[in-house]
Amino acid sequence: MGLDLTAEEKEMLDGKHGKATMKAMEIITTLGEIYGAERLIPISSVQIAGVSYHNLGEAGLEYLSEIAVDGRVRVLTTLNPAGMDLEEWKKHGISEDFAENQQRVVDAFARMGVVTTCTCTPYLIGNLPHFGEHIAWAESSAVCFSNSVIGARTNREGGPSALASALTGRTAEYGFHLDENRVAKVKYDVQVKLRNTDDFGLLGQVIGERTRKAIPYITGIPHATSEALKSFCASVATYGGVALFHMENITPNRTSIPEEIEIVTQADLDQARKTLDDENAVIDFISIGCPHASIDEIAKIAGMLDGKQVTEGKTVWITTAKPTKDLAKMMGYYDKIEQSGAFLVSDACCAVAPLKGRFKGLMTDSAKACFYARGKNDFRTEIRSIQECIQEATS
Amino acid sequence: MKGRKIFGGKTQGEILATKDDISFFGGCDPETGIIVEKGHQLEGQSISSKVLVFPTGKGSTVGSYVLYALSKAGKAPLAIINKSTDPIVAVGCIISEIPAVDQIDIDQLKTGQKVKIDADNGVISIL
Repeated sequence: MGLDLTAEEKEMLDGKHGKATMKAMEIITTLGEIYGAERLIPISSVQIAGVSYHNLGEAGLEYLSEIAVDGRVRVLTTLNPAGMDLEEWKKHGISEDFAENQQRVVDAFARMGVVTTCTCTPYLIGNLPHFGEHIAWAESSAVCFSNSVIGARTNREGGPSALASALTGRTAEYGFHLDENRVAKVKYDVQVKLRNTDDFGLLGQVIGERTRKAIPYITGIPHATSEALKSFCASVATYGGVALFHMENITPNRTSIPEEIEIVTQADLDQARKTLDDENAVIDFISIGCPHASIDEIAKIAGMLDGKQVTEGKTVWITTAKPTKDLAKMMGYYDKIEQSGAFLVSDACCAVAPLKGRFKGLMTDSAKACFYARGKNDFRTEIRSIQECIQEATS
Repeated sequence: MKGRKIFGGKTQGEILATKDDISFFGGCDPETGIIVEKGHQLEGQSISSKVLVFPTGKGSTVGSYVLYALSKAGKAPLAIINKSTDPIVAVGCIISEIPAVDQIDIDQLKTGQKVKIDADNGVISIL
């Protein structure tokens, strides 16, 4: 085999560090061999996907419980969203059965030493790698954000491979860990004025669908907030499988500039919006926070909802990370949101919660949320700005 | 036929072959091993106790856990042979201890054939 292992790595593979670590090392070395890596490299941060019991099922839970017997994480490790708010699930209409099973999943991760904050935006709550740092993250939107906006280095890990990296502190050196695989391939000149997070989501959809896996170099965007980039990352990863992009004067990675140029026009964005706006959608569910809402977004939403009431027959979920919700409580945003009849839901999101059959139509600012609402939950969708979503909720 | 070991082990059995990629998550019932993906060449057939031959895996990484579930339920395939094994199937085979070999010219393998597999050495022999 082509992989050159250190003495400690060989020990892990030989079972000297326990069964879970041995299994994890088998996963890491096999992936290394499949992708032609020459060695393993240390990683310093892990984000695990595959947390919702809705997706994992009993088999996934059983596997995690087995790993938790003697498996302990070696680096900072956080979790993707679960299928429910781990504290306030009851008032969001989650069943007792589901809640019990979801808690068993989270408990198994806790036994391994994982920080059981369930969020798709680990970089907002303390799992923040720096430029050039090697990490092993699952969750396609966070992978794209860490590679592109932060400049850390990770492949698009799956749930089990990310967990294997957490248990061994290693990943195989291939793909996006190597300079030669981080070079832009196609230039996209964006000739559109982008205003809100929904516009950036639509741009992600347009570029994702066109570029597929070819790394884009994006020009023409004078300014983007972290929230706009978070929306773009989620969308470009969902619609194109993009794990890394370059955005001129905004993202930190260096690359040569590709000669092949594609133009993105207002007509392209309008077309993308049209494909996500279902005709005759009856909106009974409004969800913001895919990826999880930042404290700044929550502050603004609280301001919009202050003194208003959510219309009867409509349900509003603002989804976020637990530490962000705690901050929102401290700042009084939580009360303003909940008093209007909307929910500030932590740990979960509208894509992984068991919501099928509960609603007919979703309005959201997230192009990614539209994708999962349609594919997994059979909802009709409309994509609008956050402000328009709140207007819809309270009109 | 000589390929590459993904996960070791020796076994023999009957081939179930398809030209379609397989998504284990959503595409295969984790309790019965029956392929449920609409329009899939193997729709309605069980992969349980077969030497399963397909080009590569697709879909969600949760698919690895479906192979694990099948294995726990005693419904896993005996072995997996791919043209090119993707990470989801590779990880699934490792955690479920299913012998697996890739880099095989799978067009040579037909449903119903009996084969012997020595996954440790990546060798497949038609009996």
